[in-house]
Amino acid sequence: MTLLWSLAALVPLDGLGHYIHWGVIDVSVANFVVIVLMIVTFVAALFLPFPGRNRRRGDQ
Amino acid sequence: MTTEIDRQWTTRLRKRAAGKLPPEKLLPDTQPAYVASWIYVFGVTTIAALTMVILSGVILAIRGPQWWHSSSIGHFVNSLHLWSVEIFFFAMIVHLWGKFFMAAWRGGRTLTWMTGVVTFLASVATAFTGYVSQTNFDSQWISTQAKDGINATGAGSIFNVLNLGQMLMWHIVLLPLAAIVLTALHVLLVRIKGVVPPFDERAGADQ
Repeated sequence: MTLLWSLAALVPLDGLGHYIHWGVIDVSVANFVVIVLMIVTFVAALFLPFPGRNRRRGDQ
Repeated sequence: MTTEIDRQWTTRLRKRAAGKLPPEKLLPDTQPAYVASWIYVFGVTTIAALTMVILSGVILAIRGPQWWHSSSIGHFVNSLHLWSVEIFFFAMIVHLWGKFFMAAWRGGRTLTWMTGVVTFLASVATAFTGYVSQTNFDSQWISTQAKDGINATGAGSIFNVLNLGQMLMWHIVLLPLAAIVLTALHVLLVRIKGVVPPFDERAGADQ
């Protein structure tokens, strides 16, 4: 539990949120990080090898 | 010769259901080789997250707001509910992107795609009513910010975001029911039509 509290202390949640302003785009850093993670996950899902893929192909 | 039993609606419904979705199609033993890719896991990840959302939501409903605001276990279950929702939307968006670029509506799968679209919209509405039902300053802020937008659409006359009781009912009864029924329909349609195959590389630009 102490470890969890220590980790939570690393992320300041009591202050004002941070925002990215880019022309008409106005997004919080937290939401931007989630969007980047979704894109990374999507690209990784396309290119990372799936376990047992070759074996399955052999079965067909 | 058609008997009276054959004409019963229960008989006709059972035969139709069994014809459309025999047990081996409903719970198949194998999947086509092209399904062996990470991009195909996000649909079932979304369903797993939805299960956690519902289970944690049931516990929150049993114990109530005072419990989830003031006790350690309440905070934990409340966080579990929030983070399950985060994973639910995360996985659903990646699933959506994957299916969009596969043009997953091909091969008579229009209804599968559309039930996915409507489920996504119902999920957004469910999440929104959840945010305004937290019974804290965050929910007060969100509802007062949202009311003008909702009122501008004209929907404010029947959908009042400042009415906590109404929002809570939408959040824990109507919208989850819609999301669950639509998800079940979506999965059944995937089972009936099968997972959309990749584009044929030889087909070229005509697809």
